[in-house]
Amino acid sequence: MAFLDLTNLEKTFGANRVVKDFNLGIDKGEFVSLLGPSGCGKTTVLRMVAGFETPTSGSIRIDGQDVTDQRTNQRAIGMMFQAYALFPNMTVADNVAFGLKVKGISRAEREARVAEMLRLIGLPDLATRFPFQLSGGQQQRVALARALAPRPRVLLLDEPLSALDAKVRVSLRNEIRVIQRELGITTIFVTHDQEEAMSISDRIVVMNGGIAEQAGAPFEIYNNPRTRFVAGFVGTLNMFTATVESQQDGLLTVAGQRVLLPKGPITARDGDTVTLALRPEAIRLGRAEGREVVMPATIDEVHFLGSVIRVRARVAGTVVALDTFNRPDQPPPPVGSAAEISFAASDVILLPE
Amino acid sequence: MTRIVAWAAVLLGCLYFLLPLAGMTEFSLKMRRGVYSFDAYVKVFEDPTFWATFGYSLTLAAATIVFGVLLVVPTAYWVRLKLPQARPVVEFITLLPLVIPAIVIVFGYIRLYNTSSFLPLTGSAFGTDILLTMGYATLALPYMYRAVDTGLRTIDVATLTEAAQSLGAGWFTILARIILPNVLVAVLSGAFLTLAIVIGEFTMAALLNRPAFGPFMQLLGANRAYEPPALAVIAFTITWVCMGLIQLVTRFSKHERAKA
Amino acid sequence: MTDTPPRHRPKMRLPIEWLGILPFVLFALLFLILPTMKIVIGAFQTPEGSFTLQNLIDLNTDSIRRAYWTSIKLSMITALLGCAMGFAMAAAVVFGGLPKRIRSPLLTFSGVASNFAGVPLAFAFIATLGPAGLVTLWLKTEFGINLRAMGFNLLSFWGLVVTYLFFQIPLMILIIIPALDGLKREWREAAAVLGATGAQYWRMVALPILFPSLLGTFALLFANSFGAVATAFALTGPQLNIVPIKLFAQIRGDVLGNPNLGYALAFGMIVITGLANVTYIVLRTRSERWLK
Repeated sequence: MAFLDLTNLEKTFGANRVVKDFNLGIDKGEFVSLLGPSGCGKTTVLRMVAGFETPTSGSIRIDGQDVTDQRTNQRAIGMMFQAYALFPNMTVADNVAFGLKVKGISRAEREARVAEMLRLIGLPDLATRFPFQLSGGQQQRVALARALAPRPRVLLLDEPLSALDAKVRVSLRNEIRVIQRELGITTIFVTHDQEEAMSISDRIVVMNGGIAEQAGAPFEIYNNPRTRFVAGFVGTLNMFTATVESQQDGLLTVAGQRVLLPKGPITARDGDTVTLALRPEAIRLGRAEGREVVMPATIDEVHFLGSVIRVRARVAGTVVALDTFNRPDQPPPPVGSAAEISFAASDVILLPE
Repeated sequence: MTRIVAWAAVLLGCLYFLLPLAGMTEFSLKMRRGVYSFDAYVKVFEDPTFWATFGYSLTLAAATIVFGVLLVVPTAYWVRLKLPQARPVVEFITLLPLVIPAIVIVFGYIRLYNTSSFLPLTGSAFGTDILLTMGYATLALPYMYRAVDTGLRTIDVATLTEAAQSLGAGWFTILARIILPNVLVAVLSGAFLTLAIVIGEFTMAALLNRPAFGPFMQLLGANRAYEPPALAVIAFTITWVCMGLIQLVTRFSKHERAKA
Repeated sequence: MTDTPPRHRPKMRLPIEWLGILPFVLFALLFLILPTMKIVIGAFQTPEGSFTLQNLIDLNTDSIRRAYWTSIKLSMITALLGCAMGFAMAAAVVFGGLPKRIRSPLLTFSGVASNFAGVPLAFAFIATLGPAGLVTLWLKTEFGINLRAMGFNLLSFWGLVVTYLFFQIPLMILIIIPALDGLKREWREAAAVLGATGAQYWRMVALPILFPSLLGTFALLFANSFGAVATAFALTGPQLNIVPIKLFAQIRGDVLGNPNLGYALAFGMIVITGLANVTYIVLRTRSERWLK
């Protein structure tokens, strides 16, 4: 049995089923992200774990204990909110000490724990400041310290980075991950940003329309998306329409090119039209060894991003995006020129219809 | 549990507020023995003093509103545009009437503007009317200023002014044709609130000995039984209409803005 | 002549810009500040115009002391009850899970009721709780309860309290509802997650945040009832011994027999409402360190 268990969780608001039969087990110390577009139910799941919403049905167990009907303040959890959640009338130290104070912990012990927490988040000198005197990044760090101070069993992060600027966002997310590993605290992170989710999670649950579409390690989710939604939501995809030549051999044709899937038989029938997808980094400009499918292309746009060059090319009637690494000896192709692209059949993701 | 307590608080509150309204309405209908009738209202409306004092207070309210708008709109505009450093001082002054009781202010008027002073306003009826209007403008100042200032905050005063100036408009044109229409809703809200305050005002009018509606009501209250609650119903209706009009103009402007 | 140094210009512009609020300053001087100064100065003058403290000393009579005490008590109690009841109703509407539909009518009604003061308000209460009022008669005929015999008299201190609350409570509702709306949901949730009970959240987070607004409203309600003349006058006539009514009678007919004692009486009112507001400002700045 996992440390945090969500079983058959359902939530309806009026006639609206926001979360449908949601199941998830999280191991102790694991960092799991709930990823999905707004309105997919991820925040509702988090709020049910926090106890702000009561599930319509299903159960929530933490460390073997059923907390479904427990009040929020008895659950011993920690939480970071999107923004503005620090108490404005208290100093940083008082904010961090709040959870300890309501527990009735002695002043000396509180002060020691607050100092420890402020060191942990790297802001030991800001104890006497008020929230309005801090930057957004500092405020969220203090919020993290406040959430961790009472040693919660589970840490819930409700898009804590989305109100910050891009640079702070990246540094803070790394910091959160380091601290989380150090303390070994079981964590649920809710986000709509796939890059954020992939960079810090042990496991990602992609949600859509109130259901968990797929759960798995970032590598797994990115490379083997099980549904069309997951494939499209996580990362960029280039899609081609293909015709099944031989279901048995996994042979398809795309604009006259033969693509032999190495995994063998597929579920579609001969003559069916299927969609196959490729990540931008799976497509090469020009021919390359081991990339047996070659197609003619016209260069539409070239975006020089520094270490990566993103090229948009017209191939078989559709526009594909492909990434190549910058090489000082090889300038990017001119716009409008004819070129070839190549990819390996083993990189092809066959999307279910 | 919380919900039960909440309902109890609201319902008890409503009971407290509705009972006096029910009480005055019922009492005002009891003039004829044994049956409900509008006799008290008929009596009130037949009284020429009612119309005279009511008309007088209405006139004074109108004068107060006109004076208040002419005083507050340019001042609030100017402070926003050119004198942000004067803002704390001006705001402090506009809040003073909430701190200094009206009776003290009018006491000062009587002693400062008596017949032997540098400005003997209390020496003539017209002079006293002016003094009373100024007194009402003082009472309304906190509300008027706040309404107009809030209205100005929603428009970009500096840009509008520069745009108007670049088209050759003078200060009068800017204020009358650009600023005033843009804060019209705020001005109207302030105006209706002023009307509600002025129409039944008692202290200032009584101490300055002017035939206003407030002292008339008080006098009637001391001598009659059934007319006073009828007057209370009328006064309450006037207040209600004033507040209703404020809501109406605010809502109307929201619709206008939504359409734009 | 053309090479006038341009740096002289800013010096010239300042007073010209201040001219823009000259009408306002003139108005405030003539009809707000000078009249008030007249009272303040008069309180320290003999009828002949020389400086004296005698007027203030003369305030120390039994009748005047009692008038001040009754006025302060009346203002304190109506402000306190007004704050408490207004807060209860506002909190019920904002947090009590009541239907959203009742909010807007309540606000509109509060706007009306807070402005329904003075003479007509007194009439409404006489018609309700007076000797022949609706509630008085109803209690007597239906339940045999005689309010009068139980010691309740509308034309007394507590009658005044009940009447004043009619404009005090709505004023509190009007001011405090926006403040309650300003309490962020995340604060309550963060407190709950950290283990706080509802009561702890209110004591440690919500009330400290609301404290400045509560205090400001209290000061406003205090001044509001301290200076009120019309309601009390229409309710009880000139006999009730509270400061504004005493001053009213003094202005009308010099009942104290000393015009300068009237100044001192009014000066006392300014001092008390002024003190209430200074207390408010001091406490507010202290409680709002977190908003400097």
